[in-house]
Amino acid sequence: MTKRLWLMVNSVIVLVCLFGLWQVLVIWKHLPVYMLPGPGVVLAALVQKRASLLNSLWITTEEAAGGLVVSILVGIGVALVFAQWRWLRQLVYPYTILLQTVPIVAIAPLIINWVGPGITAVMVVTFIICLAPIIANTTQGLISVDRNLLDLFLMHKATSAQILFKLRLPHALPNIFTGIRISAGIAVIGAITGELFAGSMRVGEGGLGYAIMYANSQLETAYMFALVAAATVLGFSFFFLVMFFEWLALHNWHESKRQAASE
Amino acid sequence: MVSETTIPEISFASVAKHFRNGSAVLQDISLNIERGEFVTILGPSGCGKSTLLRLVSGLSPASDGAITVNGMTPENARQLMGFIFQDATLLPWRNVEQNVGLGLELEHAARALRKERVLQMLELVELGHMARRFPRELSGGMKMRVSIARALVNRPRILLLDEPFAALDEMTRDRMNEELLRLHAEQKWTVLFVTHSVAEAVFLSTRIVILAPHPGRVAHDIPIDLPWPRTAETRESAVFEEAVIRTSRLLRGVQHA
Repeated sequence: MTKRLWLMVNSVIVLVCLFGLWQVLVIWKHLPVYMLPGPGVVLAALVQKRASLLNSLWITTEEAAGGLVVSILVGIGVALVFAQWRWLRQLVYPYTILLQTVPIVAIAPLIINWVGPGITAVMVVTFIICLAPIIANTTQGLISVDRNLLDLFLMHKATSAQILFKLRLPHALPNIFTGIRISAGIAVIGAITGELFAGSMRVGEGGLGYAIMYANSQLETAYMFALVAAATVLGFSFFFLVMFFEWLALHNWHESKRQAASE
Repeated sequence: MVSETTIPEISFASVAKHFRNGSAVLQDISLNIERGEFVTILGPSGCGKSTLLRLVSGLSPASDGAITVNGMTPENARQLMGFIFQDATLLPWRNVEQNVGLGLELEHAARALRKERVLQMLELVELGHMARRFPRELSGGMKMRVSIARALVNRPRILLLDEPFAALDEMTRDRMNEELLRLHAEQKWTVLFVTHSVAEAVFLSTRIVILAPHPGRVAHDIPIDLPWPRTAETRESAVFEEAVIRTSRLLRGVQHA
């Protein structure tokens, strides 16, 4: 416990030092605010424009969460199909990798053509970049079941539904969470990227990505920094939320969570 | 009753097994195993010992010949059999109680019956106090006992064991052997047991079948008539030593043939 407290104190000290260094750099080099605002100025912008910042933050949260949730549902669904029909998996699985290699920035205009600009388009972008890790990890978990365990289920004349729900799915749970964790990390990035293209239907209003672009065009660099900080915090929150659910689901049985449980 | 005593519990008639590439794993296996016998299959690696068990369980079909279990095809006789694997193969996300109850659950047994039988089995393997623990909290020996309880909970008449204690240390293994014999005396299953260990085979069995490799075939079929009950002292007796030496010689002969 004291060890952990020390670690926290040290982390805070490092943070304070970084902020100090930042402030010193700004004063020493006489940097203008539009080039690099100091931490104080950024904080002031954050407080002053908190209403519009929170509004943008909420929009991006909605988009990222929506895209992520849909990708989890669709990804697990696709993986279930892959696990059930081997020939289909061998036929189609390689193409799901294309989802990961497709330059999302390049097809964003296409998506806007299809669904129109706004929240839906951003969700689609997020969905596309979140999907592949979930399909890949879930499929891996579903098909890597121990042969003896399968035999055991067959000895009891288990139906394929029983094998799926009582064996394959629980066995795949750690893999599913690995996939979700990876996707949660990129969901916010996906949403912000999407917003750069399709973020708003009204001038001056939109998610973090749109607001960052808008603040940049207005030379509101301090506010832009505040927005970037908010985006970072949002990404972190997604990641830790998933980690929490993962711990909740796995801590009493899975080896990887053993350390955390015994502490 | 009369018909039951005349039908062998497990019968192999000229059974062969080929892999898909055509290579023969087992050839011309003919064996009759009577009710209540404890038969151990011994043989060098690759002689098809495990394959033999899989054929009996119906998990894998014979390529030639016929296997009957209590007069039925292996597939139809599955509910008479319990299978115990080399690893405990417990489901890590289920606690001990839920692991033991798996077979009954898959066969849709009533909850109350399930609960009662599971606790009964856990008492039998002396793990009643561990019902709520998860597999990762158990030692290797305890896991194996859970695995045995899981196989016994469906009240099998026939037990198939595929090197169940191979991964355990020798002391635990000896103790598990004694426990297995205690349970066997109580529940009177027919047992088909696969192992690499001659001492284990001699200690447990009423009869040892030695397979020769490439392809697997029956080389020797010897009765083991050590006195019952067999205990830790049995292992120190001269007759036991002698039986082990005799069996080892036969096994060596098969290996170098």
